[in-house]
Amino acid sequence: MTQPLTGRRPSRLSAWMDMVQGGTGLLLVLFMWAHMLMVSSILLGKDAMYWVARMFEGEPLLGKPYPILVSGVVLFILAAIVVHAVLALRRFPASSHQYQTLHHHIRSLRHGDTTLWYLQVITGFALFFLASVHLYQMLLHPGDIGPYASSDRVWSGRFWPLYLLLLFAVELHGGIGVYRLVVKWGWFLGKDPRRGRRRLQRIKWLITAFLLALGLLTLAAYMKIGMEHEARVGERYVPAHLQPVAEPQGNP
Amino acid sequence: MRAAPMTNAPANDNRIAASNVNGGRTLTLRIFRYNPLQPEQEPHLQSFTLEEADTMTLFIALNEIRENMDPTLQFDFVCRAGICGSCAMLINGRPGLACRTLTRDLPREITLAPLPGFELIGDLSVNTGKWMRGMSEQLQTWIHRTGGAPDLCRLEERMEPEVAENIYELERCIECGCCISACGTAQMRPDFVGAVGINQLARFRIDPRDDRTDTQFFEVLGDDTGVFGCMTLLGCEDFCPKDLPLAQQIAYMRRKMVLAAT
Repeated sequence: MTQPLTGRRPSRLSAWMDMVQGGTGLLLVLFMWAHMLMVSSILLGKDAMYWVARMFEGEPLLGKPYPILVSGVVLFILAAIVVHAVLALRRFPASSHQYQTLHHHIRSLRHGDTTLWYLQVITGFALFFLASVHLYQMLLHPGDIGPYASSDRVWSGRFWPLYLLLLFAVELHGGIGVYRLVVKWGWFLGKDPRRGRRRLQRIKWLITAFLLALGLLTLAAYMKIGMEHEARVGERYVPAHLQPVAEPQGNP
Repeated sequence: MRAAPMTNAPANDNRIAASNVNGGRTLTLRIFRYNPLQPEQEPHLQSFTLEEADTMTLFIALNEIRENMDPTLQFDFVCRAGICGSCAMLINGRPGLACRTLTRDLPREITLAPLPGFELIGDLSVNTGKWMRGMSEQLQTWIHRTGGAPDLCRLEERMEPEVAENIYELERCIECGCCISACGTAQMRPDFVGAVGINQLARFRIDPRDDRTDTQFFEVLGDDTGVFGCMTLLGCEDFCPKDLPLAQQIAYMRRKMVLAAT
């Protein structure tokens, strides 16, 4: 059983896998939080959302919008998800015995962080499918982002059930994940690590609750606009400063 | 998946305790019974009822059962004071030391089972010693010196009091096995060395008398059976009867092992 200590460096794959899983996870969480804030610009009005959409298409810098930039970001995020998923898969229970052991363990232990880990496994698995649909759509239709275009997709394109599930899966998975990552590496725990961990848990739930509320409001806003715009699907929004002065409510 | 209450500390339900201060309850202990030497008998739960006494621990209750009701009941005790680590068991599904668990903190019905993850000797008795020895040999949890045997006629090298205290803090581990039974990773993957193993290597990592380099620690700890197998489920820390800072030790070794790997 005893292994000789040789000073020879063994495989570093486990270490790299752990680091890259955490790194891609952190990147995706930060991206999703920023994404939520950007998407929720619709709550400030159609013009605000229009401006955000054009900004990400490079209009302020390049003079006109280039939706291909969105596709580039989508590809990058897709790649990060694939890497993260491959690495996270090795944590999943794999055999019937492991599933049985884990289920029995979770039921009998009644331990918050263990139960939340399993919730992360379940939401992570759901994200394989939910995120793929969304990303494929965005990759191939990067120009369809705007107050009317997005609302039409949400309502007339029947994407809202997907987004509703996606919202809960992402916020729960990411929130739990980033908390676990911080504790895993022992960051931000302060002088009293037990109190530090409880504080991190509170912060984690506050962020998750805020983002879920913001997400639900945002989705409702797009659904409402989409519903009202149902008869004119496909028509694009014209921002207030480009609308003809004579008909401020109309469209050119 | 059934929803579980989001608590991270073992249940210490003050409500139950408050209603039990007068004692006088009749307790029902449902105890796992199986003797591997009598494989013809199926594993089963056997119920025993007894009167609760003031400040009764599970240690006292189990001894009362063995003395007065069933002398064949197998369970382990040595110190009765939470120091030897022999009496760890699943108490209503959660690992804990029987000698440090007061019955008044528990409901009237108490289910006791052996710690999962270890070889069963019989009933509530498990062979944690065998598991711990295997872990210790695999991780080599002892002082390694490059300079050969120390000169016993000379004074030992001095150590900063702070370092000595840190070593002593981690040395408080009693190898009871609760962290292994509370760890979903260790339950799913039996080759995982668990918090007890990682904590012991952290103890030698900070010991100036151990001459091992991080690369040498990496050799025994730097894969999925070691620190990179930990999924941070945190059961180890929350169910450690000695309140050891296990999550921080695992994080500490993870950081050191990453530096050794890069």
